[in-house]
Amino acid sequence: MSNLATIPIEYYLVFCSVLFCIGVFGVLIKRNALVILMSIELMINSINLLLAAFSAYTNDPAGQIFVFFIMVVAAAEVAIGLAIVVLIYRTTHSIDIDVLNKLKW
Amino acid sequence: MKLILILIPLLPLLGFLFLGVGFKSIPKKVTSIVGPGTILASFILSIITFIHLTQQAGTQSSLFPHSDVYTLFSWISIGSLDISFSFLIDPLSVLMLLVVTGVGFLIHVYSVGYMKDDPGYNRFFAYMNLFVFFMLLLVMGANYPIMFIGWEGVGLCSYLLIGFWFKNHEYNNAANKAFIMNRIGDLGFLLGMFLLFTTFQSLNYQDIFSQAKGMTSGNGTLVAITLLLFIGAVGKSAQIPLYTWLPDAMAGPTPVSALIHAATMVTAGVYMIARSNILYVLSPATMEIIGITAIITALFAASIAIFQNDIKKILAYSTISQLGYMFAALSIGAFTGAMFHLTTHAFFKALLFLAAGSVIHAIGGGQDIRNMGGLRKKLPKTYWTFLIATLAIAGIPPFSGFFSKDEILSKAFEFNHVTWFALAVGAFMTAFYMFRLFYLTFFRAFRGTEEEKHHLHESPAVMTTPLIVLSVLAAIGGVLNIPVLFGGENWLSGFLAPVFADAMAVKVQPAALSHATEWLLMATTLAGCLVTIFWAWRRYVKQENGLLPDEAKRSLLVQLISKKYYIDELYDFVFVKPSLWCSRYLHQVVELRFIDRIVNGVGQVVIWTGNTVRYVQTGNVGFYMFIMILGIILILFFNILI
Repeated sequence: MSNLATIPIEYYLVFCSVLFCIGVFGVLIKRNALVILMSIELMINSINLLLAAFSAYTNDPAGQIFVFFIMVVAAAEVAIGLAIVVLIYRTTHSIDIDVLNKLKW
Repeated sequence: MKLILILIPLLPLLGFLFLGVGFKSIPKKVTSIVGPGTILASFILSIITFIHLTQQAGTQSSLFPHSDVYTLFSWISIGSLDISFSFLIDPLSVLMLLVVTGVGFLIHVYSVGYMKDDPGYNRFFAYMNLFVFFMLLLVMGANYPIMFIGWEGVGLCSYLLIGFWFKNHEYNNAANKAFIMNRIGDLGFLLGMFLLFTTFQSLNYQDIFSQAKGMTSGNGTLVAITLLLFIGAVGKSAQIPLYTWLPDAMAGPTPVSALIHAATMVTAGVYMIARSNILYVLSPATMEIIGITAIITALFAASIAIFQNDIKKILAYSTISQLGYMFAALSIGAFTGAMFHLTTHAFFKALLFLAAGSVIHAIGGGQDIRNMGGLRKKLPKTYWTFLIATLAIAGIPPFSGFFSKDEILSKAFEFNHVTWFALAVGAFMTAFYMFRLFYLTFFRAFRGTEEEKHHLHESPAVMTTPLIVLSVLAAIGGVLNIPVLFGGENWLSGFLAPVFADAMAVKVQPAALSHATEWLLMATTLAGCLVTIFWAWRRYVKQENGLLPDEAKRSLLVQLISKKYYIDELYDFVFVKPSLWCSRYLHQVVELRFIDRIVNGVGQVVIWTGNTVRYVQTGNVGFYMFIMILGIILILFFNILI
């Protein structure tokens, strides 16, 4: 564990923030529903990484335990998200989110 | 004893609730029993109360018990204000109980016949029972608020019963007029009560009167209190200037006129002043005002009655005039005389109204005496009872009206010769217009239409029996208070003496009349009345003149009086039109332009906002996500800031 100390925590912070921002941009800009789901996964994983890094640097295992929980939740959420995308494809034969604009004023 | 007292007003109230709830479904036979039945029960209980009262006198050393207060429950208790729902049983309230329930019962029985074909039969008896309930509360109360409940309640029932045939707009207007004028008086009563409370810290009769005993005569606060209470009496008992509602109130069914506007409600003012006798005796200024108002009213109303052509309106003005007599008696301190006249008046005036109803029933609804005549042979029972009542009201011995009126006149003579003269002139006018009415209705030939003539029939027994009972009472009612002059013992004066004892002690008694003077007075008034009756006979039986159609030309004075001195028109111009103008202005300008605009404007703003904000929902998923992320950032941002 001690050789992890050779990489300062700031590197992990910046790296995960950048990953998170990439994920956010993906969600905002992309039109493909699957890519949006992947971006959301990216955001989740960046947080996982950060949690694990903090846990290593403070020698507190709680962070890594929390990562397990987050992974479980992410898996369940992806299952549902993909099910919804499949249903949308069945009705509209497209996974472009711009097609879904009927719920408006 | 307490149970009996609770039952006396409770039974009519239950009658009202029963008939009021089931007025669509209860068969007429049941109502005919329940309606008068509750009043009969109250009458019997009142007799029991009376016997109890006199028996208590027997067991005590000398006097009647001055008062017995029975408390049902404490009603309002805030700080120093403690009003309990209690009844006071003393000679005055027992007398009123007997009159109200006795005459009320007879009128209810009469109504069974009179209102037989009316679709609102159940409703009528419900209202009548409610009226009797409130009237009983009024006379039995032991403090001013209970009296006020009854006071207001009889005003309400008067409105309901005058406007009984509510589909007619004229009748509704008459009912409104009665209620509104009553309310004007009630304002005076309320202010009087407030002043009473601030002065005496209590509203119970016993507390107030025992405190008032020690006050000096002419105390300014007392004058104010008595004047305000008198304003209430002016509204309720139709004195000048609040009397115009009573002739219009003849729009209601005749039993209503008999009960409310002859025997009971209008006498509430007299009762109230008789009850507060000590306060009035200590305010000579108010007594003078009452006296002047009463005498002017008595003469004024009598003069109008001479020229009226509607049988019920004549009786209405007669009621106003006789109430003037009662108030005049109160104003000179003859409290017993006023109550005696109240009792005999209840008998003969109720009889007059019921007999008039019988006549109206006989000719199928008409009320104009110019279309009557010659009913003597066709309606014998009505004729004889009407004659007895007319003799009573004219003050012919040995009928009851003679004794009561003469007591007032002799007390008036002791007080002031001018008062006596004015009241005597009023008595002559009373005799004249009553016999005018009598002759025109029952003598000579029938002046109505042919079909009315065929329709003429005597009323059924259920209507004539109360007439006969009342005529017996009107005939022998004088025995209540036969003066010493005739060998009597003034029983009623003795009976009511404890109630007025304190007042009599304070009041300066004028010198009593010698027997010779009393005989002379009686003879004078009697002679005057006989002369006027003869004059009326000459004019309306021997010669057929004096009966003009409405459009005929009259001399200026006669025109003025037969149009009731244009008082109604005056009130309309001074009070009604400005009020309506004000109301119209407030509605059109303030309500429509300002208040409605503000209220509707609020609604408009909400709708506009909704219409504008709804465009946020574009339906674009990407846009939604963008806003979501923006929101999260803002929340985090503000979390860090605060």
